[in-house]
Amino acid sequence: MNKILLWFNQTGSPERFDSFAARWSSPAFVVASAFMLIGLYGALLVVPADYKQGESFRILYIHVPAAWMSLMIFVIMAIQSAIALIWRIKLCELIAMASAPIGAVFTAITLITGAVWGKPTWGTWWTWDPRLTSELVLLFLYLAVIGLYNAIEDRRAAGRAAGFLCLVGVVNVPIVHFAVTWWNTLHQGETIRLIGPSKMDGSMLWPLLVMVIATKLWYIGSVLARTRALNLEQESGKHWAQQRYGEQA
Amino acid sequence: MREFGTLLRRDMAIMWRRRGQAVQPMLFALMVCVLFPLSQGSEPSSLAASAGAVIWVAHLLASLLVLDDLYRSDFEDGSLEQLLLSPIPLPLVIASKITVHWFSTALPMLLITPLLSALLFLPGGLLPVLMLGLWLGSLLMCLIGAVMAALTLGVPRSGLLLALLALPMYVPVLVFGAGSVWAAAQGLPWLGGIWLLCAGLVLLLVVAPLAAASALRLALS
Repeated sequence: MNKILLWFNQTGSPERFDSFAARWSSPAFVVASAFMLIGLYGALLVVPADYKQGESFRILYIHVPAAWMSLMIFVIMAIQSAIALIWRIKLCELIAMASAPIGAVFTAITLITGAVWGKPTWGTWWTWDPRLTSELVLLFLYLAVIGLYNAIEDRRAAGRAAGFLCLVGVVNVPIVHFAVTWWNTLHQGETIRLIGPSKMDGSMLWPLLVMVIATKLWYIGSVLARTRALNLEQESGKHWAQQRYGEQA
Repeated sequence: MREFGTLLRRDMAIMWRRRGQAVQPMLFALMVCVLFPLSQGSEPSSLAASAGAVIWVAHLLASLLVLDDLYRSDFEDGSLEQLLLSPIPLPLVIASKITVHWFSTALPMLLITPLLSALLFLPGGLLPVLMLGLWLGSLLMCLIGAVMAALTLGVPRSGLLLALLALPMYVPVLVFGAGSVWAAAQGLPWLGGIWLLCAGLVLLLVVAPLAAASALRLALS
């Protein structure tokens, strides 16, 4: 077996994962915070004001990374749930479920910052535009996954049922992503592109990229810490957990 | 296919014995529609403007309330587990349940929809659009609901949770269904939404029984 596969297999065991998560979650938070400070400094103080929107556009440096995270986390949840359902890897189930609250908060941040920006720019807090509505549905889906996971007594059955819901709900992600292309909406279209030139000037772009990295790292730190907690909760009766965190240790 | 026929006859027979229950979603939809003139004022022109939307929401809520019955009685008397163990493919079992569920809950509501639209002064020309959309939409809602109801089967008193799960999934159906009525009222081409519902129906007719079967196995394993 090659080294990478071996590493995945070993880290998949609850015991090894616990030490892995304990080791890496705090560094991820620290680096994420550093990136976030740099990104916010650039966004609030360095970048010039927009010629049309003035200062209010600066909120996009939070809004856009959070929105991308809200979509990415749901896709991650769906992938992890698929792995968990097919190969019965318990850790993937826990990662999916630990991601749900993080994704829900990123979605809420997206909606709130959007509303705050919309008031001065569009003249309204909210409009029933396809992009906004589908993002709101995404929030409901996150909450439904969390609700279903908490409603079922047996943790493994709960993880499987909620994971299945992730797989069904992931159809909403392309709808959110393509809403600005498919319908004629108030929300602006794509500005940033991975392939080809972006429609945003380079002097305004770099804090956004820094914030994107920061939110990704924050998610990594958060998901490691949360999965570790879920993992320990379920493994509390096991020998290794007793030995590592029990009374005598 | 012979098994499917037998199952369908069984489910139909059970439904026929309980035919009184079919009145309930009908009455519920009627009452929701009655609430609107009482709360909004009985001005015919303002009622007519929102009639299509109100009838759609009434249908949606009523179908949500009866969704839990889809598997519940079979689950409680144990016959669902026997069907799970039987050699009949589970998606076929579920397809039969969905068919019967549609006949026993959605069809009665469709039948009183002309009455509802008269109560709310829906302009006459819109009724065919509304009926067509509701006919497709109620099938779609039964199919989506079958997956969601399967997921919550293991949860005792799952009514509200089931609603929270199913409502986000019903949103596209409502958007395109009620949207077609709205477009027709504005004199715009309204077939776009209907075609999208048709496309969704074709997709879900194939996928939903399979998805519901795996969800059911997860819930009962």
